[in-house]
Amino acid sequence: MKLNDAVFGVLLLLLGGAVLFAVQGYPKIPGQPVGPALFPGLIAAGLCIAGVLLVAKGLRERAAQPWLVWDHWVHSPRHVLALAVLLGSVVFYIVAADALGFLITATLILLALFLALRVRLPHALLIAVATSVLVHLAFYKLLRVPLPWGVLKEFAW
Amino acid sequence: VSASAILQAFAMVFEPGTLIAMVLAAFFGLFVGAVPGLTATMATALLVPVTFFMPPIPAIATIVTATAMAIFSGDVPGCLLRIPGTPASAAYTDEAYALTKKGQAELALGAGLVFSAVGGLFGTAVLILAAPALAEFALHFSSFEYFWLVLLGLTCAVFITSDQPLKGLVTLFLGLLVACVGLGNPAGHPRFTFGNAEMTGGIGMIAMMIGMFAISELIRYVVDTSPPAEMVVEKVGNVMKGQWELAKKYPVQILRGSTLGTAVGALPGAGADIAAWMSYAMSKKFSKEPEKFGTGHIEGIVESGAANNSALAGAWIPALVFGIPGDSITAIVIGVLYMKNMNPGPTLFTTNPQNIYAVFLLFIIANILMVPLGILCIKAARRILKVPRNILMPVILLFCIVGTFAINNSLFEVTVMLVAGVIAYVLEANRFPIAPAILGVVLGGMLEENFITSMIKSNGNLGAFFARPIAAALAVVTILVWLVPPALKLLRRPVIPAQAGTQDLP
Repeated sequence: MKLNDAVFGVLLLLLGGAVLFAVQGYPKIPGQPVGPALFPGLIAAGLCIAGVLLVAKGLRERAAQPWLVWDHWVHSPRHVLALAVLLGSVVFYIVAADALGFLITATLILLALFLALRVRLPHALLIAVATSVLVHLAFYKLLRVPLPWGVLKEFAW
Repeated sequence: VSASAILQAFAMVFEPGTLIAMVLAAFFGLFVGAVPGLTATMATALLVPVTFFMPPIPAIATIVTATAMAIFSGDVPGCLLRIPGTPASAAYTDEAYALTKKGQAELALGAGLVFSAVGGLFGTAVLILAAPALAEFALHFSSFEYFWLVLLGLTCAVFITSDQPLKGLVTLFLGLLVACVGLGNPAGHPRFTFGNAEMTGGIGMIAMMIGMFAISELIRYVVDTSPPAEMVVEKVGNVMKGQWELAKKYPVQILRGSTLGTAVGALPGAGADIAAWMSYAMSKKFSKEPEKFGTGHIEGIVESGAANNSALAGAWIPALVFGIPGDSITAIVIGVLYMKNMNPGPTLFTTNPQNIYAVFLLFIIANILMVPLGILCIKAARRILKVPRNILMPVILLFCIVGTFAINNSLFEVTVMLVAGVIAYVLEANRFPIAPAILGVVLGGMLEENFITSMIKSNGNLGAFFARPIAAALAVVTILVWLVPPALKLLRRPVIPAQAGTQDLP
């Protein structure tokens, strides 16, 4: 995904502006020349300047650099699916891990990813279950990370 | 130098726990480096959640060993598949592959291995000599010197990591802005927390690094449409044959590559990959037979293979002495050092010198261990390269999730990891360099703290920033780095068309 530099410039201007606006409300420290607003304020000013320069650069190179160029993978449903599953599986873990528990969530996301990357189903299933159990053993038992049990709470070991 | 501290260091390093950690880390590093798409930085990021549960010296041992091995073994797929295993091998991948096609895979792999170890040991020697001396010098630094030093480091990162300094500047600002989040500022005022309790502690650095170096790499893997590479070699013979002759033939190249590599490594932001590119270019420029470069000529591999491993040790010099990372690996290392209460800085060398000596020792052992284990790795290369990546990558994702969660037992960190990974992918796809962002995040707090402290000390008088001799010198250097490139550009501008015209003549 290639965007014209001007697009990034505009985004940076917006970000810089928002930061400059946000730091207006920060308190001044009595008896000190500088407060908590100064440093982020300077960075935001820098972002705005860089944003303007990027907009100028992007517009100058407009002929050679369209607003948006997609990479090859966008035209390949297989790759788009794999990307969606990759990002979706992390989101799914964040949302579902506490309720479903680590073992089920991990097995599900591994299985989905394996299948999206064209691992054959029997292999995918076997490796997904085995990996989840091994990672659970290593992190929960060995390193004592409190991975959630979720619906498997009664079977906790 | 006290003898008892050195003895203590030996005792800490030659302890079963540390040695086992090193051997395991070595195999991990060799594997990660040899699999295309997994980088040495990613190896470090993935190791952090594990080192979290280790004592300080074994924790550092795993990172030192794994990265040294990974930078060497990145040469292996470059040689056999024409895909660099890590970005640090990219500079001479075509050269190595050309040698393989001429039937000299052994020579290329062996040179990669032997001169990686030599370069690594050279960098280590410089680290051992330079770091304590610098630390002694830095003991007298006040907030003014530190302010300029950090600013100089960030400046180097912007100008050295990208051909477009503007884009480097943008990612630097983004990194600095991320470092502002939370309560961790001199005034203790909650900034950009959006009322979220998790964000008052700031954005977790380790989670962010795992996102930027592992998740972004996974994204790149799943959207990669290039066809799988073919292996041309079925059997690799004795890689040590002929290496002694190479060492005798190219002593200047080895020394030059190691020196340049160490120096580039020590510059903030630039690491093994940039060291290898610069060194390969230099090798070609000074070679007696530059026309052979690119056709399967070993000279460039000897020089830049030494450079990328020496850069690893070089990067630790500013990291240990000033807390300013020399590359993205040491940016993560600094986070680990803080977690282990080994806060980097000159006092680390005076209060607990045995820890520093132990780090030196680890570097020496790791680079010696590299030779026998590297030979094993080359023997097993065919198998390693056949590991199905469509199974490996999802497993790595699960590791990233669990490892990130383990840092604070918090799902918020997993969110940070995902967001950082996506942003890093988009930025890199649009040629925004990532290294300045990392330095911004790592050094933002230090920059602000030293700035505010200096402002308070001088009561808002900016002239005080130039009043002390060392501070003034650092300030001049920093300002020159900012002003010289644009000035040169302006001066050169009218000349370029004329030059371009004359260059066309035979």
